[in-house]
Amino acid sequence: MKVAIDAEKCQGHGRCFALAPALFDSDDLGQGVVIGDGTVPEDQHDAARLAQQNCPEYAISITE
Amino acid sequence: MPEHPPVKDFATDFDHTDPVWVKNPYPIWDDLREHCPVAHSDRYGGAWLPTRHSDVSAIAHDTDHFTSRTVVVGPGRPGEDALPAPIGVAPPITSDPPFHAHARRLMQPVFAPKQVDLLEPFVRELCAKLLDPFKGKDAIDASVDYAEHIPVAVIAKMLGFPEQDGDLFRHFVHEILESVDLPVEERMDRFQPIADYFIARIEEHQAEPKDDLTSFLLEAELAGEPLAPEHIFGTMVLLIVAGIDTTWSAIGSSIWHLAQHPEEVARLKANPELLPTAIEEFLRAYAPVTMARLVKEDFDYEGCPMKKDDWILLSFPAANRDPEFFEDADKVIIDREVNRHAAFGLGIHRCLGSNLARMEMRVALEEWLARVDTFSLADPDAVTWSQGQVRGPRLLPLSLG
Ligand code: HEM
Ligand code: SF4
Repeated sequence: MKVAIDAEKCQGHGRCFALAPALFDSDDLGQGVVIGDGTVPEDQHDAARLAQQNCPEYAISITE
Repeated sequence: MPEHPPVKDFATDFDHTDPVWVKNPYPIWDDLREHCPVAHSDRYGGAWLPTRHSDVSAIAHDTDHFTSRTVVVGPGRPGEDALPAPIGVAPPITSDPPFHAHARRLMQPVFAPKQVDLLEPFVRELCAKLLDPFKGKDAIDASVDYAEHIPVAVIAKMLGFPEQDGDLFRHFVHEILESVDLPVEERMDRFQPIADYFIARIEEHQAEPKDDLTSFLLEAELAGEPLAPEHIFGTMVLLIVAGIDTTWSAIGSSIWHLAQHPEEVARLKANPELLPTAIEEFLRAYAPVTMARLVKEDFDYEGCPMKKDDWILLSFPAANRDPEFFEDADKVIIDREVNRHAAFGLGIHRCLGSNLARMEMRVALEEWLARVDTFSLADPDAVTWSQGQVRGPRLLPLSLG
């Protein structure tokens, strides 16, 4: 599983890095960024889905 | 304030300042959403009210047809209320693309999570100080004695205003918040002492720069030029208008809810890790902020014949109660896992202060839960709600113990 943020859509609501801090971080402007290359370890699958489902801008995508 | 005749039919004549709306707007929105999802009113020179999440979202994202030049619905039309282009009175909230992105970007680092985290100890100490005098009391007001003070102190601290000016600053905040829907001239008169005070603080900072937001704004550049003085002043006013009664309302509504649900208080005390989820739910269910847009040119929105300069009352709170978008939209579920709420807006104007507001809410509620044993509404009818586009309890008398 991999996560990605569409920077065009992201408005920095910050739900992703609050809900899945192992996968997402915020940059100096407060926009969401994916940590590393976005690969999601097994034990973070639920967290990834939770972040995706809570992003108000539908900016997070998951590829299995 | 002009007189507002009582509303008889919200579908054709809505008014967000009507006492029925102020008391309890949720049934009005639920009814409109079902029967008239984009309602129209002739008041304020023509206004539309979308209540479905899909329409609120579409309009918030559509900066081609809608402008943010004025975000507070009032009797004045934009012509008279003319704003200095391209900045707008309070950048970035009143700015449109492309200027908006520059004004916003400038402020983003100040409100980024890592900066906001640095303020947490200050907020925690402040909350503890406010709560200490509650010990041994059996009646307090959670709005007047608690919620209101938190964002006021935080903004004064961020701007680097002297702590001993606390009361004066609170007075200015009230003046600014109460003047938002006054006619321009009256507003200008009221603003003079505030402008004088702010300019004095700006001059102090010019003489002796400090590590705060005022100095940050003074040093900031846009396209290689220092910010225009009206940009700096406008931004300071915006932080007061946008950052204070909003957060005050959010903290107040959360305590109002908890005061009626002792079982949830017990659950949160036992499982503090649930608090962030509960806060998101309070933000959804009691979203304090409704914004406005103006229609740029005549156009047809989904069958609604919108006219240039019509208002859109952009109700994020109504969107947050849309049963098409949220399961059990009318229930407050403190462990709701999926919560794509729009309390901080949608699109390019997403609340710049959302990280700060969330931190203030979390610390305010953590300290409250840690220090206040049992609390309940002293008298449900004694609770008063603000009138206008920011909704929250203004008097919230509680019985303690
Ligand atoms: C719970 C508290 C708060 C709520 C519910 C809230 C809500 C909102 C909403 C809905 C918007 C979108 C405006 C629009 O679409 O036109 C907004 C924008 C804004 N808010 Fe907040 N706000 C809160 C607290 C704060 C705080 C604490 C600050 C700063 C100290 C702040 C600063 C701003 C700014 C600067 C904007 C304009 C952003 C832009 O136009 O790009 N807000 N807020
Ligand atoms: S939750 Fe969505 S909008 Fe918010 S920072 Fe993450 S990706 Fe961006």
